Amino acid sequence: MQTKSRFLTVTAGLGYLFLYAPIFSLIIYSFNKSKLVTVWGGWSLKWYSELFENEQIINAALLSLKIAFISATLAVVLGTMAGFVLSRFGPFKGKMILSGWVTAPLVMPEVITGLSLLLLFVAMEGLFGWPSGRGTLTIIIAHTTFCLAYVAVIVQSRLASMDETLEEAAMDLGAKPGSLFFLVTLPLIMPAIISGWLLSFTLSLDDLVIASFVSGPGNSTLPMVIFSKVRLGVTPEVNALATLMILVVAIGVIGAVYQMRRQATLTVKLDDK
Amino acid sequence: MSMSLGSAVMDRMAAKLQKYNFVKKVNWGRAVVAGIPAFWLGLFFFVPFLVVFKISLTEAAIAIPPYSELLDWDLEEAYISIKINLGNYLFLFEDDFYLDAYLSSVKIAVLSTFFTLLVAFPIAYAIAKSDGSTRVLLLALVILPFWTSFLLRVYAWMEFLKKNGIVNEFLLTIGIIDEPLIMLQTDFAVYIGIVYTYLPFMVLPLYSALEKMDGTLLEAAQDLGSKPTQSFFLVTLPLAMPGVIAGCVLVFIPAVGEFVIPALLGGADTLMIGRVLWDEFFLNRDWPMASAVAIVMLVVLVLPIMLIRNSQGKGEAV
Repeated sequence: MQTKSRFLTVTAGLGYLFLYAPIFSLIIYSFNKSKLVTVWGGWSLKWYSELFENEQIINAALLSLKIAFISATLAVVLGTMAGFVLSRFGPFKGKMILSGWVTAPLVMPEVITGLSLLLLFVAMEGLFGWPSGRGTLTIIIAHTTFCLAYVAVIVQSRLASMDETLEEAAMDLGAKPGSLFFLVTLPLIMPAIISGWLLSFTLSLDDLVIASFVSGPGNSTLPMVIFSKVRLGVTPEVNALATLMILVVAIGVIGAVYQMRRQATLTVKLDDK
Repeated sequence: MSMSLGSAVMDRMAAKLQKYNFVKKVNWGRAVVAGIPAFWLGLFFFVPFLVVFKISLTEAAIAIPPYSELLDWDLEEAYISIKINLGNYLFLFEDDFYLDAYLSSVKIAVLSTFFTLLVAFPIAYAIAKSDGSTRVLLLALVILPFWTSFLLRVYAWMEFLKKNGIVNEFLLTIGIIDEPLIMLQTDFAVYIGIVYTYLPFMVLPLYSALEKMDGTLLEAAQDLGSKPTQSFFLVTLPLAMPGVIAGCVLVFIPAVGEFVIPALLGGADTLMIGRVLWDEFFLNRDWPMASAVAIVMLVVLVLPIMLIRNSQGKGEAV
């Protein structure tokens, strides 16, 4: 038994090393004064100042944040509607189709989603003159579509695991469908909606493939700029950018974990009373 | 007689109408709430596939947009012509390149899914066996990279594996190798990239399956004289099977259509179908051919995946 648990510790430890070694080396080399990774030129914040002076990267980052914010918000509205319809409307005509459309984007290869949306936009522009050209708007539509599916699935599973008696009680007390949803259901599924929004925001911020298909000239998102830079070769300012992004995410995750633990201890305390 | 026959027919029609909900009052509130997301998904998810299918039947042309018209008509001349070009599909099946790309994508995805399972299992098991705040920490450490940029994580491996990167420097310093290994731009790097990127997708379902496992079963097996390895293969692994299957599906799906990982970590000869589609579109500018590749990919890769997922039971894979 002893040997087995030692084996487990070693293999799991190697697994974590595998997860974090490249990240840590990236962070350390973002502070390297020298441009060459093999040469340690001492500590320096040079690449950070160069990052903030790089207008191309800054503009792309701002565009990506804007697109991610709008897409995540739209996806949350539409996805919550879809998830609610699928789990609370009972059987209706076309339910199978809607449920298929909601789950299919999750297994669709990005290249297919990107290509098909681009061809749709081109065909629509030919037929109706809208959307004229491609850029921010078409990226937002594309991101909303695939993020919507994730939100719908999260909301649907939250609703499925939720007790319906609260909603029934509200209905018995005469709540109209609208107030029932906004006063009872929505507050109850808020955690699912928040995690759906965060996931959508990250997915949109991270997407390279779909955005590359549906964006137009002059509308490069951050992943598109990073991709073209990385393909060309040495890019120390990308190390600095990566470090900053990892830092933001780490703070967010640590905050969430801390919050979770605080809530857990609060519940324990309340249970004791 | 005719009266009663008539009323009987009327009754039957009424019953039929009732059955198909034709006479039921339409609830507009419900219809709008269901209609908006359905309209959005129909327009931006379903219709695009019809467009892709249509364009896959045209020919590449030097025009804007760069493909021939499928349908041509002139109402004054009372003339309609439909020109369907099956050439793209024929070419797909004639040229071994595309078949090789499909097979190679499936091979790479299957092998890297297996490697992911090997790396993920000890991690998931260690998390399931730990308790309290250690468990929260270990879980958070697995999820954290998932929230950072996928592209930057792939980039981290480019830096890590390159000719004068840290791995080579380390191996040279301790004297295991005399000259740098070529690791970047090989299939090896693609496997590493896929395992690394999709590790959390495997760890989480495995962990939730292992967490539910009853520890006394292992004790019982030990009491009955089972060796640790035997217990693992006869008790732990079968109990973890739902997690293994769910994790494998979650890793295989994005891996098989992957573009970024083979493009950045793979060599020129790393064939993957997602990359072929990308090149067909962006390098060759052959939109009809790219569409045909997408349609075939949909039929031979995505449809089977969806069928497997459905048979696996809903909700579990998500």
